[in-house]
Amino acid sequence: MKHAAAHTFLSFIKKEFFHIFRDVRTMLIIVGIPVTQILIIGFAVSTEVKQVPTAVYDPLKDASTRAVIEQLRASELFDVRTMLEHPDEIDRVFERGEASLVVVFGEASVQLVVDATDPNQGTTTAEYASNIIHTAGASPLQIVPEVEMLYNPELRSSYNFVPGLMGLIFMIICAMMTSIAIVREKETGTMEVLLASPVKPAHIVVSKMIPYFLISWVIFVLILLLSVFVLNVPVSGNLVWLNVLTLLFILVALSLGLLISTLVKTQVAAMLVSSMGLMMPVMILSGFIFPIESIPAALQAISAVIPARWYIAGAKKLMIEGVPVYRVAKEMLVLAGMATGIILISLRNFKTRLE
Amino acid sequence: MNTLEKDVIVADRLTKSFGAFTAVDRICFSVAGGEIFGFLGANGAGKTTAMRMLCGLSKPTSGSAQVAGFDIARQPEQVKRNIGYMSQKFSLYEDLRVWENICLFAGIYGVKEKEIRRKTTETLDRLGLARERNTLVKDLPLGWKQKLAFSVAVFHEPRIVFLDEPTGGVDPITRRQFWELIREAAERGITIFVTTHYMDEAEYCNRVSIMVDGRIAALDTPLSLRASFRAQNMDEVFRRLARKATRE
Amino acid sequence: MEKRCDITGAPPAVVCRSIHKSYKGVKALTNLSLEISKGELFGLIGPDGSGKTTLFRILTSLIPADSGTAEVAGWDVVRDYRQLRTQMGYMPGRFSLYPDLTVAENLQFFATVFNTTVAENYHLIREVFQQLEPFKNRRAGKLSGGMKQKLALSCALIHKPAVLFLDEPTTGVDPVSRKEFWEMLRRLKNEGISILVSTPYMDEANRCDRIALMQHGEILSVETPAQMRAQFPKKIYRLEVDRRFGWLEMLRKAPEVESAFLFGEALHVVFRSDADALAFRTNAPALAFTEIRPEIEDCFIYLMNKTEK
Repeated sequence: MKHAAAHTFLSFIKKEFFHIFRDVRTMLIIVGIPVTQILIIGFAVSTEVKQVPTAVYDPLKDASTRAVIEQLRASELFDVRTMLEHPDEIDRVFERGEASLVVVFGEASVQLVVDATDPNQGTTTAEYASNIIHTAGASPLQIVPEVEMLYNPELRSSYNFVPGLMGLIFMIICAMMTSIAIVREKETGTMEVLLASPVKPAHIVVSKMIPYFLISWVIFVLILLLSVFVLNVPVSGNLVWLNVLTLLFILVALSLGLLISTLVKTQVAAMLVSSMGLMMPVMILSGFIFPIESIPAALQAISAVIPARWYIAGAKKLMIEGVPVYRVAKEMLVLAGMATGIILISLRNFKTRLE
Repeated sequence: MNTLEKDVIVADRLTKSFGAFTAVDRICFSVAGGEIFGFLGANGAGKTTAMRMLCGLSKPTSGSAQVAGFDIARQPEQVKRNIGYMSQKFSLYEDLRVWENICLFAGIYGVKEKEIRRKTTETLDRLGLARERNTLVKDLPLGWKQKLAFSVAVFHEPRIVFLDEPTGGVDPITRRQFWELIREAAERGITIFVTTHYMDEAEYCNRVSIMVDGRIAALDTPLSLRASFRAQNMDEVFRRLARKATRE
Repeated sequence: MEKRCDITGAPPAVVCRSIHKSYKGVKALTNLSLEISKGELFGLIGPDGSGKTTLFRILTSLIPADSGTAEVAGWDVVRDYRQLRTQMGYMPGRFSLYPDLTVAENLQFFATVFNTTVAENYHLIREVFQQLEPFKNRRAGKLSGGMKQKLALSCALIHKPAVLFLDEPTTGVDPVSRKEFWEMLRRLKNEGISILVSTPYMDEANRCDRIALMQHGEILSVETPAQMRAQFPKKIYRLEVDRRFGWLEMLRKAPEVESAFLFGEALHVVFRSDADALAFRTNAPALAFTEIRPEIEDCFIYLMNKTEK
């Protein structure tokens, strides 16, 4: 009987692929959206900076450098947190995310090292810091700020967008398409026949998820290729872990789609709920458009339950900063927890009967 | 029988093809004013396609037709203004109240407000729905809905009303009351163009056409059709004709 | 899991005992009891909204009843729903196939759903499927109404169910396809499959072994079609006249007439008593009344009027 069950399961998956490949609209959404989105990003979104975490390396420790540090402290723009003792520490504070700006005092110059993962924010930070240093330059020493952009030396804004866009695309494809695919069966009445058959309801829904899971993964590879070869985004991180992180996020999105399908009765409702309930938060609260640090505290708290926020943060670190995997362990664990929780809730919600 | 006006529907070699498939194949017929015209045919014989063309909803591939004096291909807007339409699937807004539906559709067809008020009361009294004035349509039984939908379709006194399987699934008593409404409308001079799968209802039509494979295979009064096919009833006539169908 | 059986060892196809079901305070089924024997072709006749679909969903284990019990092929529809679901075939009222899959793909899919193959029970669907054979690579959504219905039946039959539930399979289907469909049901019955089928078309009632007339969630009567027609309490006269609508109005006003209804090319008239009939006919000798056997539709109208009052 085990064999028979597997056979049934496979034929469900095959059938689901037929549905996807034979529907022009579905194919358009699945292939069209990622490709066009990736290709049209190019224009920047301006971002404000506030309380930039700042570290200082000051081997001179004289009056003039102290004056500059005081000026930085006095401004609302910078949050001088760390005083470094050794130049080797500079790389470490960046890796840990403890600073987005490091001010390095030299004999005749001041060097500004800026995290340019978010290019807009990076440039603005460098500009503001230079201005402050100039006005504070009461000392006889000539202060010439030298700006060094880290991680994203060419300031390509697309670098920043790729992880965010992936978050958005997987939400659309996985959550929206899965919920629509399940609800469509309720609308056409085929769900009624399937429920009245010996097939286990869990099989019905899991077989719906698998094709979208596979397709999403293919799209992920496609996006990576487009990013590298068309947008020239250097993917510097560990590809295996980037895949793991992405597949985890896809799983969360799929389970959200499943959850929606248990709550609504029509395809239109599924579409509305997934676009308003999932895509809007992804756009606004995930750090995709507005950096998490610059949104109000209350919204920051809400953003903690938005899966895309964790995915985008993790993907940025892995793709662009190329940090070692233990630095994204938190993001991975949060996503894994979310996936498990949502799947359990929606499987319980998915009824063996009609009402 | 009331005096029939001149023809209000004239179809001349009306044809609709989808690729290589000819859904409606050069049909010719005319319907006189005030006539109840039954438009029968098996599933897939081309009835719905023909009806859509006559309502100005789709353009013929070739041939022509006039409805209420307007050309269906060139003046679809005027055609729509002069017809009423009711189908089994869509007829009224379920989440609007009875009177709201009447006002909405009467407004769409440009009936004056004073007239709407007077006729709404009149219509509801006639249907025995006066007490249901403020009921949501979705809470009405199907038979009542269909009678209301018909009254709404003829509210603006169109020249012609198209009815697509109006009595499907309706109970036998309400079905007969529905036909009495049709009859009354016809007596006021409204032309009725109706499809049905109930063969007893074909008998209530002045004339009946039966479509087979996109063509009109027979067109006459029910009495003459029965006589020429030597059949007991319309069911038998229909079966003999439809059995000749070759296409799926 | 024990099964309740009759003396021949075979459980009845369907047993319902005092089933009640309401949706948000609106009664869908009221105190409904029904027993259908194994191998019976049983018709549920009633208009839309009479509760037929609700009864089907309870019997197919898709919704629970508020109270009362139901068994199908000996299995309790609530407790034993897993076993039941392997033994029944169900064709819901709506077109319940995948319109974007071909005829063959639909059939294969439903075969695997029931852990069987198309070949295994092909003999059951052969006759139906032969008509579909030329279109087996056509998408189901592109089939005509009659063909869709045949495909849906094939899909519901593919696992040789003990009991087959067909909810309004012929609604919106033309008379020729409907007739063919009923001939197929008759052959399935001969294969030993119990069938419960609902229809709003009264003329189809005669093709069933027994029928239940349903209205407003209640069963008005359960009989064989012949018995039901024989039990009509009064004489029915058929009147073939021109200008039927005019006559209808006139007859309804006559004090001797209990009811007068249009029946296609004729009117069916019931008088208040035999004396009234005689009196009326004597007064109007030109009208050719012929006494007829009542049709199922006559019985339905009569029972509807009786319960309405």
